[in-house]
Amino acid sequence: MTDYPYWEDVKEGDELPPLTKRPTTRQLVRYAGVSGDFYEIHYDKEFAISTGLPGVILHGALNSAFLGQLVIDWMGPRGVLKKLGCQYRGMSKPGDVLTCKGVVTKKRLQDGEGLVDCEVWVEDQTGRKFTPGWATAALPVRAAT
Amino acid sequence: MPDAAPDVESLRKRFLGQISPPEVMEVEKGHVIAFAKAIDDPNPLWNDEAQARQSHLGGMVAPPTFLRAARTQRLEDLPPDFPYTRLLDGGSEWEYFEAVRPGDRITAVNRIADIFSRAGSLGPMIFVVSETTYTNQFGRVAATQKNTSIRY
Repeated sequence: MTDYPYWEDVKEGDELPPLTKRPTTRQLVRYAGVSGDFYEIHYDKEFAISTGLPGVILHGALNSAFLGQLVIDWMGPRGVLKKLGCQYRGMSKPGDVLTCKGVVTKKRLQDGEGLVDCEVWVEDQTGRKFTPGWATAALPVRAAT
Repeated sequence: MPDAAPDVESLRKRFLGQISPPEVMEVEKGHVIAFAKAIDDPNPLWNDEAQARQSHLGGMVAPPTFLRAARTQRLEDLPPDFPYTRLLDGGSEWEYFEAVRPGDRITAVNRIADIFSRAGSLGPMIFVVSETTYTNQFGRVAATQKNTSIRY
């Protein structure tokens, strides 16, 4: 079993293990189905181009889901995700190789909870960080266990 | 795409503070698993009941962005005379208070919190910030989401 970090193990500047995603048009169709977001820019190339886009693009919220996985894979099942946010500053498309990354920016104890703030983001194969974000996780505190 | 600078003040007067009708979603285990597969996240907490029962959560829960599937009235449902028909997602901020589990009954209500305009690469753009509150069957807020939609 993987050893997940306790709050005491984490320090500012720590990097989260990166997560790679290779989205496909098929994935966008699946995501449209389960999320109920059937806006055609995510699977109909002609429609996407007619709205001024270069082609089909990912649902922003799919990138957000990837960032959620990044943080949860790192903190493990005993951690609790408190906040997750991101901005979609640029687009990503099927065929891109996306890497989700994160770094610990702050840790604090608040009302007995071991909180860790992280800067997180998604970048593409060119290194462009098109989805900057942030997360707050509550990690288990060793002193309290 | 409208050419003139948008009349943001009239949009603000008309839409700001507008609250959507409540949207109720029964959280189904099969839906949670299908969602997890669609986002390509193999975490057993949202894929495998037997494994999830071994965790301190005692069973499966929904992944963090699952509540996107509660489709409250969103901008694409605004009246057809809304001057911008094209839509992009500008970003999302989630805050979590309670786990969402299969069997939960979630009521989502959406409120338009801000409207402003900005020039963008695709022409004049209207930014609409909405706040959605997701309340479970016990009357407790499970999560909130602040979402920015961009219309152009």
